[in-house]
Amino acid sequence: MKKFNEKLSGRVFFILALSSISMLALITVFIISRGVPLIANVGLKNFFGMTWAPSRGLFGITPMIIGSVSVTLGAAIIGIPIGLCCSIFLAEFAPVRMREIFRPAIQLLAGIPSVVYGFWGLLFVVPFIRNYLGGAGLSILAGSIILGIMILPTIISISEASILAIPKQYLYKEGALALGLTQLQTIRFVLLPAAKSGIVSAVILGIGRAIGETMAVIMVLGNSVALPTSVLDPVRTLTTNIGIEMGYAKDEHQQALFATGIVLFIIIMILNSTAQYLTRRKR
Amino acid sequence: MKHIKTSFAAILLLLLLSACGNSSVEKVIVAGSTSVQPYAEVLAEEFSILVPDSEVDVQGGGSSAGISAAEDNTADIGMSSRGLKDSEMDLWHIEIAKDGLVMIVNPANSVSDLTLEQIRGIYTKSIGNWSELGGTDAKIHVIAREEGSGTRDAFESLIMGGEWVTPKAIIQNSNGAVKQIVSSDPNAIGFISLGLADSDVKVLNLDGVTPSGENVKNGLYSLYRPFLFVSSRPPEGAVKRFIDFTCSAEGQKLLADEGLIPMEGN
Repeated sequence: MKKFNEKLSGRVFFILALSSISMLALITVFIISRGVPLIANVGLKNFFGMTWAPSRGLFGITPMIIGSVSVTLGAAIIGIPIGLCCSIFLAEFAPVRMREIFRPAIQLLAGIPSVVYGFWGLLFVVPFIRNYLGGAGLSILAGSIILGIMILPTIISISEASILAIPKQYLYKEGALALGLTQLQTIRFVLLPAAKSGIVSAVILGIGRAIGETMAVIMVLGNSVALPTSVLDPVRTLTTNIGIEMGYAKDEHQQALFATGIVLFIIIMILNSTAQYLTRRKR
Repeated sequence: MKHIKTSFAAILLLLLLSACGNSSVEKVIVAGSTSVQPYAEVLAEEFSILVPDSEVDVQGGGSSAGISAAEDNTADIGMSSRGLKDSEMDLWHIEIAKDGLVMIVNPANSVSDLTLEQIRGIYTKSIGNWSELGGTDAKIHVIAREEGSGTRDAFESLIMGGEWVTPKAIIQNSNGAVKQIVSSDPNAIGFISLGLADSDVKVLNLDGVTPSGENVKNGLYSLYRPFLFVSSRPPEGAVKRFIDFTCSAEGQKLLADEGLIPMEGN
């Protein structure tokens, strides 16, 4: 009886685990089956064209790809240096008590719903840009600032963990300090290279988060489907294209949104597997 | 093991009970235009108070989805915020009200009157600065609705006359969001439903005509669209009672109070 129970519970866990993977399969198949026919119908030239006007049969998503890239790049420029410095500070400089305040606070940052970030951006960041830098305020810059903050928890927690995970028994740090390097030099030339793969995957996962974010950026990006000429111009990303138009989309228009999803899916899959490859290689 | 059996029995019992819960409530399913939806919800709420054994279920989906839902009977009533196409004209339909479309700017903007050509110029970017319209020297921030929205459809057919709205326009996906941006940006211009304009924004006159229910009725103000109820067959039973209520003086007053333009005679 006991053996039977053991076996049974093993099966139950297996079935539940399988269901989570089959969800992924289900969603993937659904998105692809809805989106691919449109790409096949209108052709790659139309689909990767410059004009998005579904009511006139034009489904060019290039402006959105450029939008996603520019906003994510902006978020990386803002988020990576801050996040990296913060994680080095936490791992190397911060006294224990301060660490105990910082860590939960950063976790809290990750817990704020994205719609709250967006709302704060709309009421605070957007008017600030409009009044002091010009333009309508709804812009790449506004989106980059919001996303730059949103990716901080991902970058900080993973890169801090990878700095702390440098094997103590090799005495990297102690050796470097004993050779007369300053603390800053030790960090720059010994610790960061040793934790490199972890930090790189932290950055990639942060970027993945930025590319996938929808709700917060819908509110602050302005969602224009034109090529931006400055960071103060409004843009639309791949995610916000789906978010903003799904309400009324039908037939080909709806398929085009699923096709947008395929492109997004591929980008995020590439990013995630790169991150995974880098963390695996280390071990 | 015994516990499992007991809980199974309890769940089965619950399922049976809930299946028996339906009494003789008459249900009306209304689906379609999200522009009409909030008004239909107000009507449904009032109707359920007046006729207690009825239930009106209002869903969105957009005008075209509403019309096809009425066609294939998945909804008893389809809501549309655009006129019917020729292929849809054989459906039973009734206009329940009109909705005006207004151009709005920030209250701080000195411009208060535009012509159709000027609005078209702004939305095609051939006019880019408020000074060209008698305002201050500042770039115009053009706000529009997203592709597929009924309000954008109405704007394109009433104003753009086949020309394209500039891709540089800032896109927001609700009347509320457009209003929010315009109320905070002194150089923005947008369009929303007449009923939703309030003191946060400044409503522009069109060729000197103030947008109002009165001016739509007497034909002076041309920017409006019909709100329709559509059905696959002449209504009867609870569906007919709900439509009759909508067209009654009481129902029309509800719609007028919410900012719509009621039908003739109300």
